[in-house]
Amino acid sequence: MVTYTNQPGFTQQSLIRNFCIIAHIDHGKSTVADRVLQLSGVVSQRDMHDQFLDRMDIEQERGITIKSQAVRVPWVKDGTEYTLGMIDTPGHVDFTYEVSRALEACEGAVLLVDATQGIEAQTLSNLYMAIEHDLTIIPVLNKIDLPSADPDRHAAEIANLLGCSPDDVLRVSGKTGEGIRELLNQIVDEVPPPHGQSQAPVRALIFDSVYDPYRGIVTYIRMVDGELKARQKIRMMSLGTVHDPGELGVICPDMIATKALGAGEVGYVITGVKDVAQSKVGDTITTETLPAEQPLPGYRDPQPMVYSGLFPVDNAQFPELREALDKLKLNDAALVYEPETSVALGFGFRCGFLGLLHMEIVSERLSREFGLDLISTAPNVTYKVTMEDGSQHLVKNPSEFPDGKVKKIVEPLVAASIITPKEFIGSVMDLCQDHRGQMGTMEYLSPERVEMHYTMPLAEIVFDFFDQLKSRTKGYASLDYHEDGEQAADLVKVDILIQGDKIDAFSAIVHKEKSYTYGVMMTKKLRELIPRQQFEIPIQAAIGSRIIARETIRALRKDVLAKCYGGDITRKRKLLEKQKAGKKRMKMLGHVEVPQEAFIAALSTGDAEDRDSKDKIRAAKKSNE
Amino acid sequence: MDASINRTVQARVPFELYIHVPFCLKRCGYCDFNTYTATDMGGGASRSNYANLAIAEMRLVHDWQQIHGIEEPALSSIFFGGGTPTILPAADLIRMVKAAEELWGLEYGAEVTTEANPDTVDEQYLAQLADGGFTRISFGMQSAVPHVLATLDRTHTPENVTTNVRAAQRQGLRSSVDLIYGTPGESLDDWQRSVQAALDLEVQHISAYALTLEPTTKMGRQVTRGQLKGPDDDDEAAKYELVDDMLTQAGLGWYEISNWACPGQESRHNVGYWRNIDWAGIGPGAHSHYNRVAFAVEKGLIRGSSKQTIWRTTSQAQDSEQSSTQTSASAYTPLAALTKPSPEFCSIAPIRAWDIAHPKVWAQAVQAGEVPWGGGEAITLVEDIEETVMLGLRLREGLSLKQLSAVSGHVWAEADFVPAVSHDLALVSGGRIVATRKGRLLNDDLIAQVLDLVTNGV
Repeated sequence: MVTYTNQPGFTQQSLIRNFCIIAHIDHGKSTVADRVLQLSGVVSQRDMHDQFLDRMDIEQERGITIKSQAVRVPWVKDGTEYTLGMIDTPGHVDFTYEVSRALEACEGAVLLVDATQGIEAQTLSNLYMAIEHDLTIIPVLNKIDLPSADPDRHAAEIANLLGCSPDDVLRVSGKTGEGIRELLNQIVDEVPPPHGQSQAPVRALIFDSVYDPYRGIVTYIRMVDGELKARQKIRMMSLGTVHDPGELGVICPDMIATKALGAGEVGYVITGVKDVAQSKVGDTITTETLPAEQPLPGYRDPQPMVYSGLFPVDNAQFPELREALDKLKLNDAALVYEPETSVALGFGFRCGFLGLLHMEIVSERLSREFGLDLISTAPNVTYKVTMEDGSQHLVKNPSEFPDGKVKKIVEPLVAASIITPKEFIGSVMDLCQDHRGQMGTMEYLSPERVEMHYTMPLAEIVFDFFDQLKSRTKGYASLDYHEDGEQAADLVKVDILIQGDKIDAFSAIVHKEKSYTYGVMMTKKLRELIPRQQFEIPIQAAIGSRIIARETIRALRKDVLAKCYGGDITRKRKLLEKQKAGKKRMKMLGHVEVPQEAFIAALSTGDAEDRDSKDKIRAAKKSNE
Repeated sequence: MDASINRTVQARVPFELYIHVPFCLKRCGYCDFNTYTATDMGGGASRSNYANLAIAEMRLVHDWQQIHGIEEPALSSIFFGGGTPTILPAADLIRMVKAAEELWGLEYGAEVTTEANPDTVDEQYLAQLADGGFTRISFGMQSAVPHVLATLDRTHTPENVTTNVRAAQRQGLRSSVDLIYGTPGESLDDWQRSVQAALDLEVQHISAYALTLEPTTKMGRQVTRGQLKGPDDDDEAAKYELVDDMLTQAGLGWYEISNWACPGQESRHNVGYWRNIDWAGIGPGAHSHYNRVAFAVEKGLIRGSSKQTIWRTTSQAQDSEQSSTQTSASAYTPLAALTKPSPEFCSIAPIRAWDIAHPKVWAQAVQAGEVPWGGGEAITLVEDIEETVMLGLRLREGLSLKQLSAVSGHVWAEADFVPAVSHDLALVSGGRIVATRKGRLLNDDLIAQVLDLVTNGV
């Protein structure tokens, strides 16, 4: 066991360097972090497993870091031992606020870019955020060992962005370890040490909070001012709650309890609270006995941006769904949910998410970790609806859309930035225009790549925007967005009727211009997805009482008329058993059996490509004029 | 379990024999049967040696029945299917009939049928069969329209069929023709022509099958790749209604979903399958079915499941589910187990077994003196009910509630089904559930409705 000179609670701020790594998914952040741990000697070769810092299975599988971690890494340069605080940041658009808190905890940021891909939109937006936080940026190209790497070109691009020389861009390989030593030396040289007031009352920033089944909530903190001792009662300044002292410590990369943490240090505290909502990211910790006067700036509650209904296929699983959500909530302060009843789908929950990835992760965890078979309804955003009679409604679900005369509907907007190779500018513009985007500025990052800025309704993004963007740009474009105000818009609710019954789970709020396309495409899609049954099934789309599109699933005339002789009987019997099992997975809406896929059909209704759809859309519009 | 179980198990039903001949001149694009175009598959499994092997298997099966105390009545029917049975010399087919007769006896007036490809027979061949005890020929006509025959890869011409059916009729053989509808490119008119052509032959039995594509066949792959348009359910339904109308009008009534006959001319053999009787299957891949087999299960192996493998599989067993429970399997083959007089380990259940599919491996097993079964299953109570229902509902005589009650151990009455089963899919009367024409077309749905009711609570 190596002993270190700098002990937690007794480390001079001048020897501390806190930094984070900003990178796009798949650009190799975790691999680089692993090499840093290995090179510094805090993780032995034997214990090393790839992506040491990503703890959750789902993260490892997807290669995404959702929960950041903070590791204390010793690094000796020119005979002096420095203490590096390496803070891992989430890389996805949905976790912007968490990223901003992680940045707040650092003085420097390593901008890590894949030398085969170049910088992506989310990285760029995190970079801008880091610059706004006055962080020292250390640009690095990763994956230089790959044959397809083009470091010269991407170094020029980064230099152009940062106003540095291309030679200032370091070149490393997380895979081989090349350049990692130089990177750490550079961090020591360039990242400024923290400069908190070590004698002042304690102020510590919570930049992450994680549920551990054995220890409760582990709260990651960055000490800003003062010295926190292990036995002191602590106070959460925004929540106003006081907690008995639990354990104080540092991650190295296992959790090591310490007696104190001093200004500038990064570590963790365990208070005994049981869910992350009681230990909120962005909040400031101080001591009960000698509290600070002002909390650190920048705290806010996470706001759900996207809502979706989650229903168990088998309604008997409702209590299990509730239990599962309660468990996820322990570790996910941004997840909100309330019970919802759907005529079509029975009992479930209306859930609020930070964004689409957040939603995807939650539903995947529910099915993977809790074995739940779920139907999730199409995501939607929150609308503020004002009626002619002056009443106001907050609509998080199309089924809450009020009847009667609507005066005004306000929808949330986002500022989106898209980075794309220049040859796709045209198709990206078309796509954004199609999604009611207002173009802002456009900047060339390099002669080949541009960054385009749009203001768009969030509702347009939560549908299938990202998939379409990827397909129109052959996967090259990247997208980042953040909330940016709201606007009044001409929106209507489109209902879907099956056999004349309105199916609440299929209702959607869409722009009037697009309502016809939506109605036609949705009815067509359902006609494809719902298997033919013994009776004719009319499928209609309606705005209010006006039918705008109609399709019919013709009655099934024949199922199987195969031969059934001696050698066919076992196979036929097994086939019947299989069909029976398949039916169990169908949802009965009235007499109609509807497969689960139908409920997410609205996500991929897409544009009218074929002639029949175009004709029907035209007819629907005409009938309205 | 009755501790004094009688080791002689009386068969409660008629008994028939199916002999599979796994050879063809040419492989048809739609066919997924167990058949081969080579003349010699190795290991003695050649066309010329085939009758010898089949007869050897009959003896092995007969021994197995004896050891198990299964006493079957004389055969009521023998049926040669394929493949193309008539690819063998008529003398070989006759030799197999004689061998079966020696082993089990042949009921007076028994039905002896062979399938025939119109290419492979002539009047002399048919005369030989008639002399040798055959009573019935089933011709694979498929269509009377040349472009449809070509799509189906059939090598015969419509004229072949006429010549041979006439010859069979002259020899006093009952004859039937098979038709296929729904072939890619077949119009409703084409189909009408084929049905009319079949009627013009004045046969007293016609089978008509919707073309069913298996993805593993040549035609199945062509459809998957989009090179050929697959069969369409609505088109097939229209064609079914057409053939049903035309045949009924000509005096051939439906007696099973895909089979029509003049009264008394039904295929007795096939009706046996649908009534779920006992049959022995001989030849590679052939299935056998016995309603009551006493078999022993080694203590500790039964574990409340009647799904235990109850026979020895060969080392080439194809069914991994079955072979996985087999180590030194011979300890609990029915053969060995029943020689141990420990009745508390006995169980009686229906079983189905199937012969090893590959002719060479099958031949090796026969030559080694083993019943050449590749796999099988003990049929559970629920499965037995499922089979009784799905088979009974194919028949004009319908699903007998008496039979259903006997199988399920619960007394079923008409009133149980009247409200639950869609009235346009089936009629419930005379102690039977009989599919309407719509119920024939939507037979799977009808079966599901009846089973939902019957297996709930079993």
